Amino acid sequence: MTGRILVAGASMAGLRAAEQLRAAGWTGALTLVGDEPHMPYNRPPLSKEVLAGQAPFDSLAFRPRASVHDAQWLLGRTAVAARLAERTVVLDDGSVLAYDGLVVATGMRPRRLTCPGPRAGRHTVRTLDDARGLREALTRPGARVVVVGAGFIGCEVAATAVGLGAGEVTVVDPLPLPMIGPLGELLGRALLRRHEERGVRFALGTGVAGFTGEDRVTGVELSDGRVLRADVVVESVGSVANTEWLDGNGLDLTDGVRTDELLRAGGRPEVVAVGDVARFPNARYDGVPRRVEHWSIPGDTAKHAARALVAHLHGTRDEPAPFAPLPTFWSDQHDFRLQSFGAPALGRDDVRVLDGDPDGDVLVGYHTGDRLVGVVALGGQAAVMGAARYRNQLLKQPALTA
Amino acid sequence: MKVVVDMNKCQDHGQCVFAAPDVFSMDDAGRLLYVADPDDALRDDVEEAADVCPLQAIRIED
Repeated sequence: MTGRILVAGASMAGLRAAEQLRAAGWTGALTLVGDEPHMPYNRPPLSKEVLAGQAPFDSLAFRPRASVHDAQWLLGRTAVAARLAERTVVLDDGSVLAYDGLVVATGMRPRRLTCPGPRAGRHTVRTLDDARGLREALTRPGARVVVVGAGFIGCEVAATAVGLGAGEVTVVDPLPLPMIGPLGELLGRALLRRHEERGVRFALGTGVAGFTGEDRVTGVELSDGRVLRADVVVESVGSVANTEWLDGNGLDLTDGVRTDELLRAGGRPEVVAVGDVARFPNARYDGVPRRVEHWSIPGDTAKHAARALVAHLHGTRDEPAPFAPLPTFWSDQHDFRLQSFGAPALGRDDVRVLDGDPDGDVLVGYHTGDRLVGVVALGGQAAVMGAARYRNQLLKQPALTA
Repeated sequence: MKVVVDMNKCQDHGQCVFAAPDVFSMDDAGRLLYVADPDDALRDDVEEAADVCPLQAIRIED
């Protein structure tokens, strides 16, 4: 097979797409373009083991499969425009790459706070370079740390900072409980208590109005009028899809790249989107297109999108079934783990304790119309194994829309 | 096929058990057990297991 598939994005999703294109039978050329100077690496430890200094930064590199040894890697280069009708992509150095198939894997970047104040001393955690800078700041003796955003990344970083011996660690969020959006109140309360017992402070129900300091941050002004002194600020307030380069092609780019059930974008069978930039309908649930920022999604989307793209380029009708991954995610904080299977956020209004109790190891079920749609374990390995026992039940259920 | 798991990296997530149940399993305490020399017919499953390991602790050596 001749021709070229261009993979825009050289992180986990780009790598997995390249590998899965080979697995699906693509023997033509593969080119990957990535804006970071690094080969693909694993991001979860950036807020945990690597930030804590328990694992070296160079332990994060993925080992690409042998099948992609002949791929061309254009690193430190960014796709800045696409002309899908002509099947070309323009890079930041002005070069124009022609393709037969295009994989959109440009991912997300951290959302930044726009309120007034100095920028120096404010960190995000997305890239290796981000984590290196943050680790240096967190390991200064007695550092006072304010984490803005009580989601997964924020809570992980707060736990790591406490473990590193930071002077004070405070998490700020306008919502009343940590991780309440994805997990609901019951686990939100349990997590709040666990974090507080381990030395994390919280300022909840209030936003950030600004930052104090001249050249660098000295404090965080909250919207309720309080000021928290800070040497280090971590902004973990969500992310923004890297899709600007696709503007002007008639794609639906509202919060990521809208795709069909085969991960194809804009009705173009030669263009697929993978990873957390893809906003896809999950045939397992309600068919509403959503972006999913779980670690498992690059692999799942890559496998499915690669089959659809290669089937099209080979001119076969060998298309895969609609995409229906079982979501799964985990989070390690302090000495406990959260492990989720299914879609807890869809069942937040009917939350039941399936095993244990919220003060210790607990297994929680999330229901919609009396049907179990997700389970989350909080605690040690026994709780996590309890959640795994529900995975088959969740996998076997018919689609919510059926 | 030879499978090597870096047990210093492994954190017992168990994702490999879902991907390749003939090769990976958990003991009663939730610690990983695995077959180090599985049949080559299981290669696809083991590759999937290596992909889905959150710590990327699984290596396939031919």
